[in-house]
Amino acid sequence: MRALILVGGYGTRLRPLTLSRPKPLVEFANKPILLHQIEALVEAGVTEVILAVSYRAEQMEQELTIEATKLGIKIIFSHETEPLGTAGPLALAKEYLEQSDKPFFVLNSDIICEFPFKELAKFHETKGKEGTIVVTKVEEPSKYGVVVYDENRCVESFVEKPQEFISNKINAGLYILNPSVLQRIQLRPTSIEKEVFPGMAKDKQLCAFELEGFWMDVGQPKDFLTGMCLYLKFLRTKKPSLLYKGPGVVGNVLVDPTAKIGKNCQIGPNVTVGPGVTIEDGVCVKRSTILRDVKIRSNSWLESCIVGWRCSVGRWVRMEGITVLGEDVIVTDETYINGGQVLPHKNIVSSVPDPQIIM
Amino acid sequence: MLKAVILIGGPQKGTRFRPLSLDIPKPLFPVAGLPLIQHHIEACILLKNLGEILLIGFYPSNQIEPFVNEMQRIYNITIKYLQEYTALGTAGGLFHFRDQIRCGNPDAFFVLNGDVCADFQLEYLYEFHNNNPNALVSMMYTEATKQQSLNFGCMVIDKKTNEVAHYVEKPCSYVSAYINCGIYVFSLDIFQTIGEVFSNKQSDLFKPDSSNGNREASHMQLENEILARLSGTGKFFGLHVDTWWSQLKTAGSAIYANRHYLELYKKAANRKFHSHGKGDEVLCTVIPDIYVDSTAIVDPSAVIGPNVSIGPGVVVGAGVRIQESIVLANAVIEDHSLVLHSIIGTQSRIGKWARVEGTPTDPDPNKPFAKMENLPLFNRDGRLNPSITILGCRVSVPSETILLNSIVLPNKELARSIKNEIIL
Repeated sequence: MRALILVGGYGTRLRPLTLSRPKPLVEFANKPILLHQIEALVEAGVTEVILAVSYRAEQMEQELTIEATKLGIKIIFSHETEPLGTAGPLALAKEYLEQSDKPFFVLNSDIICEFPFKELAKFHETKGKEGTIVVTKVEEPSKYGVVVYDENRCVESFVEKPQEFISNKINAGLYILNPSVLQRIQLRPTSIEKEVFPGMAKDKQLCAFELEGFWMDVGQPKDFLTGMCLYLKFLRTKKPSLLYKGPGVVGNVLVDPTAKIGKNCQIGPNVTVGPGVTIEDGVCVKRSTILRDVKIRSNSWLESCIVGWRCSVGRWVRMEGITVLGEDVIVTDETYINGGQVLPHKNIVSSVPDPQIIM
Repeated sequence: MLKAVILIGGPQKGTRFRPLSLDIPKPLFPVAGLPLIQHHIEACILLKNLGEILLIGFYPSNQIEPFVNEMQRIYNITIKYLQEYTALGTAGGLFHFRDQIRCGNPDAFFVLNGDVCADFQLEYLYEFHNNNPNALVSMMYTEATKQQSLNFGCMVIDKKTNEVAHYVEKPCSYVSAYINCGIYVFSLDIFQTIGEVFSNKQSDLFKPDSSNGNREASHMQLENEILARLSGTGKFFGLHVDTWWSQLKTAGSAIYANRHYLELYKKAANRKFHSHGKGDEVLCTVIPDIYVDSTAIVDPSAVIGPNVSIGPGVVVGAGVRIQESIVLANAVIEDHSLVLHSIIGTQSRIGKWARVEGTPTDPDPNKPFAKMENLPLFNRDGRLNPSITILGCRVSVPSETILLNSIVLPNKELARSIKNEIIL
């Protein structure tokens, strides 16, 4: 089976992290976002993954080729010369997707969930329609486009940002489609949600698969952290052995075995500590992601932060309020950062008490 | 024989020092480990031939007596607190207690304002005073910026004779950058001058068109009513000093004063002063200068300084960092917390991983002669001016919160982070 992942552009919403590393390679819970998806696809029998990218990213190609070899699959990079939206890339990759008459998966690259691809494929086969979209339940459907479908899971319509409650199910950004769907897509910038699916719904050729468990679009820092909390909670119930058990750990915490944690720390709840990280004595970290090779010096306190690769956080530093440090940022002892978005290689010498971008 | 008078004011004074003055009289607020006016006493006892120290003010005597007893015990000298029946003003108090001052016929007496902080070189002032046989009063003066001088008593000095040619208290327009330090030495004959002013005011009271209607004649201001009158008479002299001098008006100035007193005492080895805890044992990582009371318990992993005073019975936990702050008696600072530019009230408690931070309001070090700017609490937009953070007594700050540029009145149990707020 094949899958196409819509990687798209520069990942500006996840800046300043994506200034150093393409978004699909940013580690979510110690694993590149894209690998969460690829590994789940491989488990469901996918052997060829097509990545639709709108810019050349040699770093990404190199790293993913290595991963592909490890997983024993083929990764194809499909480059858009102009942004083609969410449907255009399918037309561009037609030659690969039409190689067999088996259905293929399509994924938005920012999605994190339990990825039930096997169940999805089975459901799709049973329904026998051209396409199946995955839907997930949200608390506030008025912020999204909702999917309306009948008791047989046959999609009837899509309603953008409904004022009155119609449904609490939204498009989760995961699909399985028959190659015949490609007939419906032209090679031009076009939206799969707005221009392809409504037509399929009209023809009664689209079904809805209800997602179990958590779902999050982790394309921006706030949601990245929320998604991390949901993912760690999922690990607690499904794979608790992966979670870290050590002194000073509170709640669900993921720590790479090469990370070092000092004495009298409080790590957690909801913290991810990457490889090569050093956390000195007396540090408290909550609801944060600490990426590779970061050093956090003694007695600091962090909540709701993403600390980029190779950053150095001084002693008695306080960081909170969705603070994101780009790669190799140095935070001087005793400073306070609240909601700061700090670009790579900066040296922070004085406090940033109010949310601010530090160029 | 010499005497010294320290004017300490009363409870209605020092309101800008709230909330710290809510539970301790301002003159007894500890700076560099000693009550503010103990620094005055330390300066006085260095005088040869000092017979007596008198404190004049209108605080209830039970608030001052324990301190006076303690001082008599430490310095083994007569110290008395003379309580005014009402606020009499700086000269009114002296005049009211003139018999006490004159008793024993001293050669001269010093008068020190209780709220100044300085390197009081009283012996030097006394020498200067004796060099001018006609002098009724000699005062120390220092230099301020042109703009700041308006907040002080300003004087014009005859550079040849050091005579004060003109004196005006807090003028509206610029007069001179030379300002009164509030440190004087008087000859006993000064009481004649004060007595004349008193009699004039008293007789004014009985004139039908008295402009001095509701003020008692016994209320007299030294600066307006005596010094201004003496200027240009050849009996009033000024000694220029360029050592450190400041006033303690707002709580923010306490941290500034703390730094300078710590520095002063480090240099003056002749003064009995302990800058560390118990003996020579290493307390924790210290960045000088600091003062730690010998009864404070400090974890060896704490890092303290520069400019920190830690009072008796204080407990400082593991991994705590304190800088530019005063921690008052029996406060507890729990592990990993940071205290910057703040005053922590007595018996207050700061939880773990808390951050208590203020904004320093020190004079601009790049401006020569700049003095402490005592800003009002609020700026023109009605916003709180950023200043040091102050916790009144028995305030508790929960773990992991931040307290930034805020003032918390006594006995509050905070439940959240606070920024730029006054918590009543």
